[in-house]
Amino acid sequence: MSNATPADTRTVMSEPSSRDRAVSALEVRDSRASTADGTTVFDVSDLSVYYADFRAVRDVELEVRQHEVTAFIGPSGCGKTTVLRCFNRMNDLIEIARVEGNLSYHGVDLYAPKVNPVEVRRRIGMVFQKPNPFPKSIYDNVAYGPRTAGLAKKGSDLDDIVEQSLRRAALWDEVKDRLKASGLGLSGGQQQRLCIARALATDPEVVLMDEPCSALDPIATGRIEDLMEEIKEQYTIIIVTHNMQQAARVSDRCAFFTTEVNEESDTRTGLLVEFDATETMFSNPSDERTENYVTGRFG
Amino acid sequence: MSTIPTEITRDVVAAKLHGEKVDIAGPAFRYLLMGCLGLVLAALLALLWNVSSVGVPYLADRGVVDFLSRYGSSQAELAGLYQALMGTIQMGIIIIVVAFPLGVATAVYLEEYASDNLFTRALGLVIRNLAGVPAIVYGLLGAALFARGGLEGLTGRESLLSAGLTLSILVLPIVVITSAEALRSVPASLREGGFGAGATRWEVVRTLVLPNAFPGILTGTILSLARGLGEAAPLLLLGVKSSFSGGELGELRGNFTSLPFLIADWSKKPASQGWPDNTQAAIVVTLVVILGINAIGIALRNRYEKNTR
Repeated sequence: MSNATPADTRTVMSEPSSRDRAVSALEVRDSRASTADGTTVFDVSDLSVYYADFRAVRDVELEVRQHEVTAFIGPSGCGKTTVLRCFNRMNDLIEIARVEGNLSYHGVDLYAPKVNPVEVRRRIGMVFQKPNPFPKSIYDNVAYGPRTAGLAKKGSDLDDIVEQSLRRAALWDEVKDRLKASGLGLSGGQQQRLCIARALATDPEVVLMDEPCSALDPIATGRIEDLMEEIKEQYTIIIVTHNMQQAARVSDRCAFFTTEVNEESDTRTGLLVEFDATETMFSNPSDERTENYVTGRFG
Repeated sequence: MSTIPTEITRDVVAAKLHGEKVDIAGPAFRYLLMGCLGLVLAALLALLWNVSSVGVPYLADRGVVDFLSRYGSSQAELAGLYQALMGTIQMGIIIIVVAFPLGVATAVYLEEYASDNLFTRALGLVIRNLAGVPAIVYGLLGAALFARGGLEGLTGRESLLSAGLTLSILVLPIVVITSAEALRSVPASLREGGFGAGATRWEVVRTLVLPNAFPGILTGTILSLARGLGEAAPLLLLGVKSSFSGGELGELRGNFTSLPFLIADWSKKPASQGWPDNTQAAIVVTLVVILGINAIGIALRNRYEKNTR
């Protein structure tokens, strides 16, 4: 088993050793699955999610590549968010949730018994639907992850991480003079960028975004979209969105989910319909359901 | 069905909007509610007036310091509240030290760690019911457990310590319920944010959930403290005395008394010897102590709420 990570060549934010530690903690192996387009970060096949006996999502099969934005689209209740939460083991927090199938991260099965979900979440950050800054100062919000991960030995290291993260989230100039002010005092769009900074502060490789703009106005949405465009050079992004235009604007690849009604129980199960390059999905989808959805005929 | 007027003129609109139906039920309900509030207020004011009209002049006449520094006595004009005050304060400290950490820890376990199954739900129900058990039953339990249950060496049988521990058990269910309520009111998005940032459950609880729930926990625990210290019944089974020597600060294993018990005791003594005046004055002191505890609770809550917003 080798700890080398040729796939992992992006610039290191503050402290090289911290990143190496995180990598070795997860035992990331050299993945030979790389293609001409880029390295495969996540390889998903036959993925189903159950809530107790109820199958919420079935047959998810997709591939997430490095430095790309992968978008999950589909009507309400089709399981986009449920699937997204599999990628950093957030579903673990729901007691009755159960994940079946294969979800590998650089070749490592994320659901193997030896994998520590806390380490997973440091490598794979998350931004939530509603901005949820902690009731702490702006500084402490960003410093939260590095502190719990023990990434910064000295106070000045932490200062650097906070500044870098806020710069990457395009928030630094707006808050540099009031780092001690409460994060809750910021506007909605600023709060969401603060949450992005918080997610970037643990120096993750992947950022999961669960409808990050659904609570924001168009201007704040535009800023977040620009931001995604910028940071995808360093990170890999998976975004769930209700907004098809947004998916078309920001994503490189797109997964379309829909729901099917289970006749006997009157419940709905989500399933993946199609997964392809965004351009293909919007111009020449191979499934009729995808075409109906992207042209606005349903959903 | 009303017909749509052919012409929407100012008069037509005004006639529609002004409305001629008189609303009786609305104002009637409002005055009924105000009447209920008035009754409650009247009862409280009557109580306050009843005790303070006699108690306050008596305190002023005799001197607050004299009344608070005298020991128990068979003569009303010499009997003071010193031992009762010491007893109540020390039992309060025992409750704070014993019941609060135990109760809050139980609530944190139930809310943040335990899985939601039949057992934990049953446990929650039992705790809620325990909060309604009469205080005298806790007195019996405490007597059996602390005064006679093999812990005599520690507690010195019927003693201040036994009484304090008994009151701790008495308030424990209330502490658990109110703390659990406060923890439940912490938004789930806060926990998710913490887990999403790579924190462990312990870190999420320690750095996000507890600080956020702290004002609510504080309010609940302080209220339960006031409730526990207001109990007289359980103390009857734990050797509370009306007149004895000692009762100094720190005599945990010795004789003791408390404010509510002394009020009950004095109120039974002959009126001709001036005991009613004493009793009223003791009630005033007790009310001040209880209100003081609640005021501290509210002040602390406001302070911490400011820090978490």
